[in-house]
Amino acid sequence: MYAVTFNNVRKRLGDFELNIPKLAIRQGYMTGFIGENGAGKTTTIKLILDMLQLDEGSIEVLGKNIKGGSVSIHQEIGYVGEPTGYPEETPLEAIKDMLALFYKNWDEVLYKSYMQFFNLNSKQKYKDLSTGQKKQFAMIMALSHHPKLILLDEPTSGLDPVVRNEILDILMDHMQNEEVTIFYSTHITSDLEKAGDYIVYINDGQIKLNSEKDTLLNEYSLVKGPKALFKGDICKEFLGLRENSFGSEALLKNKKVAYELFGEEVKYSKPTIEEIMIFLSHNNSKVVTEKALRGGNKQC
Amino acid sequence: MDIIIMSDSSMPLYEQITNQIKKLILSGELKQGELLPSIRMMAKELKVSIITVKRAYEELEIEGFVATALGKGTYVSMVNTERLRESQISQIEDQLEGIVLAAKGIGMNLEDLQERLKIIFEEA
Repeated sequence: MYAVTFNNVRKRLGDFELNIPKLAIRQGYMTGFIGENGAGKTTTIKLILDMLQLDEGSIEVLGKNIKGGSVSIHQEIGYVGEPTGYPEETPLEAIKDMLALFYKNWDEVLYKSYMQFFNLNSKQKYKDLSTGQKKQFAMIMALSHHPKLILLDEPTSGLDPVVRNEILDILMDHMQNEEVTIFYSTHITSDLEKAGDYIVYINDGQIKLNSEKDTLLNEYSLVKGPKALFKGDICKEFLGLRENSFGSEALLKNKKVAYELFGEEVKYSKPTIEEIMIFLSHNNSKVVTEKALRGGNKQC
Repeated sequence: MDIIIMSDSSMPLYEQITNQIKKLILSGELKQGELLPSIRMMAKELKVSIITVKRAYEELEIEGFVATALGKGTYVSMVNTERLRESQISQIEDQLEGIVLAAKGIGMNLEDLQERLKIIFEEA
C-alpha cells in the first residue's frame, strides 16, 4: 500500500525541471527525503500538497488523484514547511482557533498536551517565539488533527539536538497508528539514521535512490585504500569514487562483492546516509566523463 | 525486559535485537506464550525504524522462537521442542552449578552431594 504515488510527473520552474517517472511512498512508514539544496525537495512536497500545479503526469495521494483539488484529502494531511504564514502579532491561541475550524478531527486535548510537552505559552505572540519554538508550534498545528499523511519540509533545520529528539519522539508517537505515513525532507541525516524506514534521494530534479534504510546501511560498503587498487575493471562496481593525494575511497552496493574485489588490502566501513549522499552526488557529476573513461581510463 | 542496542556496532541493529530476545527466551526470562511488545512500540522506544524491528521479529519467527497471530501480536512460541528442552536443561545446569559451588564452598564432596540429591529427588 502506498500513501503517495507519482506517475510520469514533470514540473518546470525556470531553468529547473523536476522529472519523476515513478515514485511510491509506502503507507505506514517513515520515509526520509534527502538531496542537495535546489535538487527539488520542496517542489516535490508542494506538488503532493497541490500547492504547485503539475505540467505533466499525475499524483495520487491516499488513493485519490489530487488534481480534483479535493478538500477531503487536506483533512488527512499535516504539513510543516517554510514559510508558515502565521500572523506575527497574533497570540498562539488565536492562531490555533483559526486553524482548528478547518479540521473535522481537530483534537483539542492532543493540542493542549503538545503545548505542555514543548512548554509553549498559548498567550504569547507568534513573533516572540524563538526559532525552535516556532517550529514546535508549526509541528503541533500539523499534528493535532490526526493526519494520515505527514509531510515535513526541513522540520528540524536550525534546531538543537534536544528539540530534534523531542520532535522525533512525537512523530514516532503518531507512527503507532499503522495508517500514518511520514515523508520528511531533511539535511540532518542522523535523524533518519535512527528512525527512518526508507530513504529517497533526489538529485537535480530526478529520484536517484529509493531504498530501505537498513539495506543501505547494512549492505553498502565504503572502501578505503591505496589509489592503485581503484583502477581498471573494478570501477564498474563503484557507485561513487573519491580520490585525494593520499588514497581513494569508493562506495559499493554490496559488501560481499566489495570484499571479493579488494580482500584484505583495504579498509571497509559502514557508510552513513550522509556519505552515501555525497558519493551519489559525486558519481552524478562523473557521468559526463564516462565515455572518456572507457577510452583512456586515466581517472579511475 | 531489557534490550540494549548500539548504533555504532558493526552488527546490524535487527540482529542485535534478535540476539537479545533469543537470549531472553532461552534464559527463561521471556516465557512460552508471553506477548512481545508491538513492533511500533519497540521501534519508538528504541528509536529505530519500524522495518528494523519487523525484520528482527521475522528472523525470530523463522528460527522458531516466536509466532504471530493476526490481531494478537507476536508471542514466544518455541516450536522446536528439542530446542526448548535444551534451553530448559541448560537452565537446570546453571542452577546445579550454583549448588555445586555452594557445596564445594563448605567442603562437601561429590558423594555427599549425590546422596542428598538422591534423597531429595525421590521425595519430590
